[in-house]
Amino acid sequence: MSSAGSDTPTSHRLISAPVSFVSGADRSIRRRLFLSRVFSWICRFVTYASLAVLIVLLTAIIWSSFGRLAFDFVYSTNSSNPKNAGMLAGLWGSFWLVLFTALFSIPVGVGSAVYLEEIAKDSFFVRLIKTNLSNLAGVPSIVYGILGYTVFRSAAAVLKVWFDGQHAFNIMGLFRLRLHKLPIYEDNILVGALTLTLVVLPTVIASAQESLRSVPSSLRVASLALGATRWQTIWRQVIPAALPGISTGVILSTSRAIGEAAPLIMLGALTITTMVPGNIDSPVKLITRPMQVLHAPLDQFTAMPIEIYDWSRQTDSQFTAVAATGIIVLLIVLLSINAVAMIVRHYASRRLKW
Amino acid sequence: MSVRRRLCVMFSLGVLSSGMLGCSVENVGTPADGTNTSAPALTPSSGEPSRVQVDGSSTVKMITAAVGEEFEGKFSDVKIALKVTGTGTGFKEMIAGRIDVANASRPIKDSEKADCEKNGIDLLELIVALDGLTVCVNKDNDWVESITVDQLKRIWEPGSTVKTWQDVDASWPDVPISLFGPGEESGTFDFFTEAINGKEDAMREDYSPSADDNVTITGVSGEKGGMGFFGCAYYYSNTDKVKALKVSTTDNPGDGVGPTAESVKAGKYKPLSRPLFIYVKKSSLARQEVQDFVRFYLNEGQNQVSAVGYVDVSDDQLKASRDAFEAAIR
Repeated sequence: MSSAGSDTPTSHRLISAPVSFVSGADRSIRRRLFLSRVFSWICRFVTYASLAVLIVLLTAIIWSSFGRLAFDFVYSTNSSNPKNAGMLAGLWGSFWLVLFTALFSIPVGVGSAVYLEEIAKDSFFVRLIKTNLSNLAGVPSIVYGILGYTVFRSAAAVLKVWFDGQHAFNIMGLFRLRLHKLPIYEDNILVGALTLTLVVLPTVIASAQESLRSVPSSLRVASLALGATRWQTIWRQVIPAALPGISTGVILSTSRAIGEAAPLIMLGALTITTMVPGNIDSPVKLITRPMQVLHAPLDQFTAMPIEIYDWSRQTDSQFTAVAATGIIVLLIVLLSINAVAMIVRHYASRRLKW
Repeated sequence: MSVRRRLCVMFSLGVLSSGMLGCSVENVGTPADGTNTSAPALTPSSGEPSRVQVDGSSTVKMITAAVGEEFEGKFSDVKIALKVTGTGTGFKEMIAGRIDVANASRPIKDSEKADCEKNGIDLLELIVALDGLTVCVNKDNDWVESITVDQLKRIWEPGSTVKTWQDVDASWPDVPISLFGPGEESGTFDFFTEAINGKEDAMREDYSPSADDNVTITGVSGEKGGMGFFGCAYYYSNTDKVKALKVSTTDNPGDGVGPTAESVKAGKYKPLSRPLFIYVKKSSLARQEVQDFVRFYLNEGQNQVSAVGYVDVSDDQLKASRDAFEAAIR
């Protein structure tokens, strides 16, 4: 930064110097300066235009939801009466989905990124994986929905048959673990979360790779020179240094999972329901009802974008306001997740000095 | 020290998680005891409501959702798990044996019936409501009130050369005609093409398809020469935006009948009236909750049909459905 500052007067002199005596060059420079100004105006216009579109959209949504947004919207479940329709089931469905998507995608995503960036040698196979990762990020999510249906849902169906016949498990011959019989559904939250994991994984890996790459190699070299093993270097130096970038990438790509409807519908998520997964309809029950917490991941579900999609297709035009309100709730959730990302980034980068 | 602490944490996590699993951990007395599973049969965890699984048509789902909501209010220990994937997919789920009730906006096809029989699934067909597909034009369209089936066919048939209203009838103005309707995944599309063009899925290519009927309504109300079709529920809640045409089966447009509840119920609105069905898996009727739900659907639930904008079936038809249901549960 400081070197660029000291350069500026010199470069100014270099540009203005020929102006005084070569008129042809003068014209050319004016033209170039004009073009440069035009370019910056185009950039400015593009930025503000997209901002304006966003503002128009938000205003339209807030306008049409006017008078509908109230706290009971997030306390009540769906209804065919637009006055009573609420988003409780979708909120909890999305909560569980995102929780498990994060649980699955963080270890796999960060682990793969560490392997690709820190451990793997530059072989043909590794290059193949890297190229395909960026291709996978562009695959439409409905394709992952089909994959999830054939792989995860079928696996869940097999598991369900096996599990239904099972009452007790022997653990290493020491304990007999007796499970209370739980109703299992093959179109459950875990299946949805695994599919969403596939959707977000390429992005998680790419952002983690990017932040690992931005860690200066002097850090690794110094650590290795001091006698640390590769594991110690990665675990104690590289990952903490890359943590702000990794966590931001992970949180942002997981929040993408909240907005996905297509793969979930493909998997057989419920469209209209008053059921909340595991019957846990308040945060308190997460602690007081451990049995139901266990049941929730294996329960049927719906999600926020599915409910919004369904409301926007209703005949009754009053549902437009309900859909708009749903969109606002979804936006609030997304913004709070992004705020968490910012806070995490702030605290994680405070410790970094180089 | 640190290793021991870590072990400690891992152990307590393990204990905690097994506690969280809601399972009872007990010592295995003797190895032989492991095979002894004569422990009392564990019932489903208390308070877990039983469920009726429903899938299928997006048209019928509006009735089923309203009926289901009222039903859940009365039978608090039963929940309706409702999916909306379309009539065809609903039947596929039924063939796979995953659902109890399939919503359908068309009768089951012979091939679907054969697949059901192959899997040993016996179905009970119940007509729960009627729908009159409504052909709508723009509010500013003042030249047409009634249209013949033949004219509709000339507009919508595959390879149709109709570009303006004048192409249909010389007395109509030279206004470009713009066509809107549901896409081919829809049961409404299947029915309309069959009824008007004589062959299922036969439709001109250059119309604007949309899976969302509200988009069709917006399209028709936005173009002076606009025309579209959808289920009557969408028309009844948008009468201020579009104008419904009378449809005539003869060559005389004056014989046209409008899609009112009376004409649809009396079977006079032809050929665009259709029954809406639910198909119930007979083996599921052995479960009390499914039986209760279907019975409710055919009795108190019928109030919801007109409330969501569809047409009640005739009393005779309803009685026939109830009789078929009672015969199936006996």
